Amino acid sequence: MQLTNRSKIVSNKKMTFVERLYFPAIFKGMMITLSHFFAKKATIDYPKEKREFSEIYRGQHVLKRDDQGRERCTACGLCALACPAEAITMVAEERLPSEEHLYREEKYAKTYEINMLRCIFCGLCEEACPKEAIFLTKRIVDAEYSRDKFIYGKDKLVEPLELDLRIDISKRQIPEVLEFKKDKTQRHNK
Amino acid sequence: MNLYIFYGLSTIMIFSSLMVLISKRPIHSLLYLIFSFFTLAGHYILLNAQFLAVVHIIVYAGAIMVLFLFTVMLLNLNNVTEERKSRFSQITAVVAAGLLLVSLIGAMKGLKIDPAFDPASLQIGTVKNLGQVLFNQYLLPFELASVLFISAMVGTVMLGRKEINY
Amino acid sequence: MNIDYLIFKIVLIASIFGLSLLVAMYATLMERKVAAFFQDRYGPNRAGKWGLLQPLADGIKLFFKEEFVPSSADKLLYILGPSLSMFVALLTSAVIPWGTPVVIGGKQYALQVADVNVGILYIFAVVSIGVYGIMIGGWASNNKYALLGAIRASSQMISYELALGISIVTLVMTAQSLSILEIVEQQKGMHWNAFYQPLGFIIFTICAFAETNRAPFDLPECETELIGGYHTEYSSMKLGFYLFAEYINMFISGTLISALFLGGYDFPFINDMGFSQNTLAAVHFLVFFCKISFVVFVFMWIRWTLPRFRYDQLMRLGWKKLIPIACINLVITGVVVLLTQ
Repeated sequence: MQLTNRSKIVSNKKMTFVERLYFPAIFKGMMITLSHFFAKKATIDYPKEKREFSEIYRGQHVLKRDDQGRERCTACGLCALACPAEAITMVAEERLPSEEHLYREEKYAKTYEINMLRCIFCGLCEEACPKEAIFLTKRIVDAEYSRDKFIYGKDKLVEPLELDLRIDISKRQIPEVLEFKKDKTQRHNK
Repeated sequence: MNLYIFYGLSTIMIFSSLMVLISKRPIHSLLYLIFSFFTLAGHYILLNAQFLAVVHIIVYAGAIMVLFLFTVMLLNLNNVTEERKSRFSQITAVVAAGLLLVSLIGAMKGLKIDPAFDPASLQIGTVKNLGQVLFNQYLLPFELASVLFISAMVGTVMLGRKEINY
Repeated sequence: MNIDYLIFKIVLIASIFGLSLLVAMYATLMERKVAAFFQDRYGPNRAGKWGLLQPLADGIKLFFKEEFVPSSADKLLYILGPSLSMFVALLTSAVIPWGTPVVIGGKQYALQVADVNVGILYIFAVVSIGVYGIMIGGWASNNKYALLGAIRASSQMISYELALGISIVTLVMTAQSLSILEIVEQQKGMHWNAFYQPLGFIIFTICAFAETNRAPFDLPECETELIGGYHTEYSSMKLGFYLFAEYINMFISGTLISALFLGGYDFPFINDMGFSQNTLAAVHFLVFFCKISFVVFVFMWIRWTLPRFRYDQLMRLGWKKLIPIACINLVITGVVVLLTQ
């Protein structure tokens, strides 16, 4: 029974004299390789030139601060829960009254670690975060010489305090997010 | 200078020929044999017979000894597997070799070397002269030899062919 | 014997020796570059401009690698193998005419180390010894893959030597000489042997591929079946010698093909341009070198185009195709030579 019309009947035909000489076939093959010799190369000379990245490329994470330089993360653990690779761990701590200029919410992450070797850069943490604290960025995780260096702590994840060194994630703010931000009934949008 | 080269070559040649016999491992004696072939080719060149020298290397060192090496490598011969010969065969071997030595000395004794002999003036070893002699004077023996080779080749093919069972 | 003649010869030998090594070094880079370009890549470009220092880096790396000798190996023969390969590879260049004679101080000096009147046979002899380096190395490693590689190499080289020899015999029949210098001189003015002996040219080229163990005839070092073939157990500069010898062999094959079939240093209209003798010699050498480079490029081109032969296919091609064709070519050439005389 014929299921598709893609099947081919195997032919065992005798080769003609010209085919048995092999030289035309060899010559044809050599012409193909020669055309590749002059073709445009696929290699990118990496450190000098970089491949073009999408604006919403999912690379190394960043923990955002708000306008006043306070960390947005409240250590709710939703990102760790959402993470399919179980790359995120954190320890929560209550904010002291003297620390109000450091942390936005009354609970904050004392430690926040992402294991970059486990992370699959799916972006589910970004999606899960109710505080718009964690985002994936265009940056690439650096190569290291030992495995434990790949466990990124807050020192590497939280963005710098200086305004001009902040990491721009405005391109990631899709219309739905912006719409959601206008909803002032949500507490964290106030 | 030629004399010194001759003595040097001869010394190496006798040494390597002795090593062919003395070496414990067959592969070593084979390599010494090849080495002595090279010194022999050197002697041919001293006699102004470049063609013979080169052909000697091509045929003996390049073809025949490679096949020998092949056999030795594939059979993986070494001194452990070699069984000791019986006393009787040892004695006969010594007697036979002694007789050969005596006859060689006898043959050499009557030999006179012409003091005026100069290999450089002798042009028989060059390709041109050799070809002339081989294809004019000795054409019949040459052709007969080639017929012999052909028959040997046919015989080998016959032996090497698979038996066909009817 | 004149002392200036002797000095010139020594300088020539030293420069040819240096040239062979330099060419072999840069042939490795060329191979990698050509391979990369055929595969839409750039190849090594980190060491120096366009990776020009890459061979140097490779050489230094090889020198600093661990010198390893298997405990069950035959130590002496294990070292002898690569040395012999290298030695034999360097021997051949002695009879190649690199250009027309140069004039220094009113005297003519031939750009050839030795114009032996049995030049072609000399090369043939050297090629036939080339097997030993591989065989001894493969056997001395005391490793079954190395032994298999060595046996493959030697049986392949012996088989293809026959067709190679017959194709050379046809060439000698038309040239009426065994001296390479004379054969090159006869081809002056575009009377290249490749046009008169196309069949012999093709057979010679195919056999040259097989003799140098280059793809598609690289079964002796076939990675998929034999790991590395005869040089499986080798490391450090001993391995380097084997690899180097392969590239020198390739260079020498290119030289032979261009000298015997592509007119050597001949190039159309080169004699009508009114060069002085020394410039002419330089131009001749340059032309010769370009031809060699092209042939080497074709070697690489084929390596990165064609897949490897199966062993029985290789033997069938050698014994059942090339040798009969070469014999037919021999008979035809003989008849033609006899009729035109």
